[in-house]
Amino acid sequence: MSEQRTVLSLRGVTKRFGGLVAVNQLDFDVAEHEVLGLIGPNGSGKSTTLNLISGALPVSEGEIALRDQIISDLPAQRIARRGVARTFQLVRMLPSMTVKENVMAGAVFGHRRRWGREADRQVMRMLELVGLERRANARPSELTYIDTKRVELARVLVGDPKVLLLDEWLAGLNPTELEEGIALVKQLRDEGRTIVLVEHVMDAIRSLCDRCVVMSSGQKIAEGVTETVLSDPEVIKAYLGEDDA
Amino acid sequence: MSSGDYKALALSLALLLIAICLPWVVGDFTVTLAVNMAMFTVLATSWALFSGPTHYISLATAAFFGLGTYTMALGLDFLPYWVLIPLAGLFGALMAGIIGLATLRLSGVYFVIFTLGLAEMTRQIITFVQNATGQKGILISIWFEETTFYWMLVGLAALIFLLGWLIGRSRLGFALRIIGDDEEVARHSGINTSLSKVMLFMIPGAAAAMTGALIAPRYGYIEPLIAFTPMLSFQVVIMALLGGTGRLWGPLVGVIPFSILWEIISASFPNQTTLLLGLSFLLIVYLLPQGFVGLLLKIKAKLNNGGGS
Repeated sequence: MSEQRTVLSLRGVTKRFGGLVAVNQLDFDVAEHEVLGLIGPNGSGKSTTLNLISGALPVSEGEIALRDQIISDLPAQRIARRGVARTFQLVRMLPSMTVKENVMAGAVFGHRRRWGREADRQVMRMLELVGLERRANARPSELTYIDTKRVELARVLVGDPKVLLLDEWLAGLNPTELEEGIALVKQLRDEGRTIVLVEHVMDAIRSLCDRCVVMSSGQKIAEGVTETVLSDPEVIKAYLGEDDA
Repeated sequence: MSSGDYKALALSLALLLIAICLPWVVGDFTVTLAVNMAMFTVLATSWALFSGPTHYISLATAAFFGLGTYTMALGLDFLPYWVLIPLAGLFGALMAGIIGLATLRLSGVYFVIFTLGLAEMTRQIITFVQNATGQKGILISIWFEETTFYWMLVGLAALIFLLGWLIGRSRLGFALRIIGDDEEVARHSGINTSLSKVMLFMIPGAAAAMTGALIAPRYGYIEPLIAFTPMLSFQVVIMALLGGTGRLWGPLVGVIPFSILWEIISASFPNQTTLLLGLSFLLIVYLLPQGFVGLLLKIKAKLNNGGGS
């Protein structure tokens, strides 16, 4: 871990919405090839943090750096081009386009930009990876929920991002789909992708994350190896409440 | 290019040839009608290049068109007609670029209101300046046959179609389609959404200004109400929506029947044109939300399904 290069780092990151502090002085690093779980109860600021990293929201204070280059002052499209790709809490498809075109969006404009046959080949490779090569010409409306999630994943993977932000990517899946979903993310981890995972599904966190950062009320309350963090009494208290902990 | 592309190219060239030959086989009245059709083909097709994929409804056509007519009217004392047409296009593109930078960050509704207000504001400013200087309008001293206007406009329309075809196959065209579907996804995919929209908005700006400049001598006398008539902006939107913006040829399919209908309305009900224009707008949006293109694609899909069962 210590030999691994830091890809993403947050220092004193704060986000205020008027008087509400959604994220407060957040610090953490993500190492290359690491899967970092960003967890915490509802409203703890996890998704806001992903929005800050991806540039969907501007930071109020602090800095976010991608491989030592500050990205927190850049607009979302430039952050994406630098190599930060994200999925959305609620799947966002391009409804008028085919599955292939949906993925092509990431290939043409993402971190590693491709065009023509090279883009075509890369898109088909990604569709194979997520198991949708036979649905390349289908419309999003013809897909199952997990397949739309697969398309979204292929769209963010196709540009070879340096960091992948998965915002509750496993949410809303039935048990069979969940198994498939976890297997797919595991495959990405085994390929050496760097992933920040916002997730509620504990099985997924346990089996996928090397480390976890736990947030509560916008603040980091714990950080470390997944099993250790999940057995931390303060983390249990944040999830279950004072009485049940 | 695929075999489909070659077929489309052959069909386009055949249609262009028919359009070029039209004045030799029809009478004067039809040529006059054809001039209007060719003019609206340029305006509606270029409008749909931007508004089709982005879903931003621009009512600024009259502003760009007026800018073009005034470029021609004021510039003829200094520059030749042929130089003033591309110059008007440049002015139109610049004006669209400035408007785009200021407004395309706004959501659709604000953009619609702004573009409508822009045409009116430009008209009022020119009226004010003309009143202050005691001038009412500008006489244009050159004149062409109707067929000359027609051929020039057909040439410009062909250029717009070529440009639209090239954009449709470019990264910019693809970016605009993504923006139209989901701007948030577009941004997070790495697309500079503001720049893409501004770049494409410059095309209808340039095309409308060039059309205004090109056709200015047909009016003979230019005044703000002719040059900046808001009716023009609405007619362009209606024709493009009637045809459908989902295909490059969609607006053309709307222009032909609507121009004929408009000719009948203007001749038979000269005092109710605005009312009938509004009514036709409502009917099109209600009955043909995707225009003729959508209807044709729906019929084609039904026939395919029927054939398969």
